[in-house]
Amino acid sequence: MIGYIIRRIGQAIIVILGVTVLVFILRHLLPGSIARAILGIRATPQSIAAFNHANGLDRPIPLQYLTFLNQLIHGNLGYSFRQNMSVDAIVSHDLPNDFLLVGVSLVLALLIAIPVGVMQAVKRNKVADYAATGIAFVLYSMPSYLLGLLLVAFFAVNLRLLPAEAPQAPTITGVLADPSGLVLPIVTLTLVTFALFSRYMRSSAIENLAQDYIRTARAKGLGQGRILYRHLLRNSLIPVVTLVGISLPGILTFGLIVEQLFNYQGIGLAYYNAAINGDYPVVFGVTVLVAAATVFGNLIADLAYAVLDPRVRYD
Amino acid sequence: MTNRAGPGAHARRPDSLAVPGAAGAGSIPAGTPQDAMPEGGEAIHQDAAWRMILRAFAENKLALAGLIMVVVVALFCFIGPLFWHTDQVDTNLLLVNKAPGGKHPLGTDDLGYDVLGRLMAGGQSSLEVGFAVALAATAIGVLYGVISGFIGGFVDAVLMRFVDIVLAIPVIYLFIDLASEFRPTLWLLIVVLSLLSWLGPARLVRGETLSLRVREYVEAVRTMGGRSGRIILRHLIPNTVGTIVVNATFQVADAILTLAVLSYFGFSLPPPTASWGGMLENGVNFLYDGYWWEIYPAGLMIVITVVAFNFIGDGLRDSLDVRLQRR
Repeated sequence: MIGYIIRRIGQAIIVILGVTVLVFILRHLLPGSIARAILGIRATPQSIAAFNHANGLDRPIPLQYLTFLNQLIHGNLGYSFRQNMSVDAIVSHDLPNDFLLVGVSLVLALLIAIPVGVMQAVKRNKVADYAATGIAFVLYSMPSYLLGLLLVAFFAVNLRLLPAEAPQAPTITGVLADPSGLVLPIVTLTLVTFALFSRYMRSSAIENLAQDYIRTARAKGLGQGRILYRHLLRNSLIPVVTLVGISLPGILTFGLIVEQLFNYQGIGLAYYNAAINGDYPVVFGVTVLVAAATVFGNLIADLAYAVLDPRVRYD
Repeated sequence: MTNRAGPGAHARRPDSLAVPGAAGAGSIPAGTPQDAMPEGGEAIHQDAAWRMILRAFAENKLALAGLIMVVVVALFCFIGPLFWHTDQVDTNLLLVNKAPGGKHPLGTDDLGYDVLGRLMAGGQSSLEVGFAVALAATAIGVLYGVISGFIGGFVDAVLMRFVDIVLAIPVIYLFIDLASEFRPTLWLLIVVLSLLSWLGPARLVRGETLSLRVREYVEAVRTMGGRSGRIILRHLIPNTVGTIVVNATFQVADAILTLAVLSYFGFSLPPPTASWGGMLENGVNFLYDGYWWEIYPAGLMIVITVVAFNFIGDGLRDSLDVRLQRR
């Protein structure tokens, strides 16, 4: 098991290194250049060359990569010439907002998906099961911005109950001071995340329900409620860590869409604005960061599974 | 078994990552789709594979419902324009944002295009992209996966790490970056989406190959002097056909959905080419004006089509699994 953990961490490091190489190559294959984006379309070739030389952008690409890697190891994601800020500063400014949005939505989605999954397993192929499956199916099959738009159209435009935009305060405390603006973004992200989890939770609960320990519990004469709570629900929690880990890229993608839709000041929105404005260092830094989060999520999922479920054997 | 979404699928995942190529004959998971195939695992013939899929459709109401929905949508998009003639190229500023009724059952959009006719035209490009991406991604993924699993060892480890790397790159982020530089053509969209979609099938097929390649019939072919190419093409790939078909169905759904999301971020086909995602993105501008016919019909078409393909995928998967339980 120790061997497995070490091997798995080694793999993760290789993959993250590979990601930086691939993203770096892609970034240099795409036509946009930092100097052009900063100096404008009327900049002379001389001024562009001078800018590139001053910032080390005229050196060979492998050398630039090594510099970037060295900076990355020291925790430096790059520098945004356009915003005159380090990418680290931009990211760390927006990160609390992301933890708020993604964290709350994730917890809410789990709080809905787990009991619903258990309910579906118990009432398998009954009306309630079909209804929950149907709702999850439609949510899953909907472009997530369409869901957000429907909610905006109904709650903000028609009923005028909630604001259509997230709070625009510059700090996290300011954002928290205006909870009504948080409702629609969080509800949207919760619903799409719930749809993502729902199928897994249902089939996991069904699989657990067929296990011997449930039969044993029944044979002991335990009541239905006790079986569901003590045995089924608790065992259904095991795959949750794995589920969250492997769903992280999906959730971050939805997060970006929701942030863009509601103008929520998170990293996704920062990325979107950077891409549109040709702020390539931010584009590059955030891509690497999100990819690293994905690899890390997978790693945690695998390790947690090895630790939490003693039935899984590794050699 | 790797084709079954659910905890069962990733319960085994760490295992297969830890021991690439070490799945011995004893550790073949019971109840893989290939168990449902002819005894001894001889290469099933093309028509047998088709018959298996047809039977799955006949047995499963969900899959059948999905299939009927897809056929209806396809007829609407491809045959519909033969009966409902509209001009989807020239704009008509005298007919802008007309509410539904009269000559335009679903109204007109902000450029004077008839929305009903545009739904048909947009569906054509959406379905074409969906099918083309599913085909290309499946072809690439199956070949990559089967080769990786068949060779095994170090090559397999390297090939699979490459899959992990590409999989870790956030697709939507990449596309937003692309969108700020390009206006795609239909072909560019298909190529880019395919290049990002083959990873799933590659992993699934590689996983199945690992357990298939140590079976007796593969040994038998080898003893009889069959070359690797023959083993791969005649024995390994045909025996993963269940997994491949189910996954390809989900691929169509995912491609249509991704296409719609990309349109929203400006990475869509240039006008006057219609696409559902593009219509939705355009209609969003009129949310506050109450021009519902410019938003919801296109959204509904996307949801119906994606649900239909997901129905087919889920249904086929259940059918293939159910048959195993019966054996």
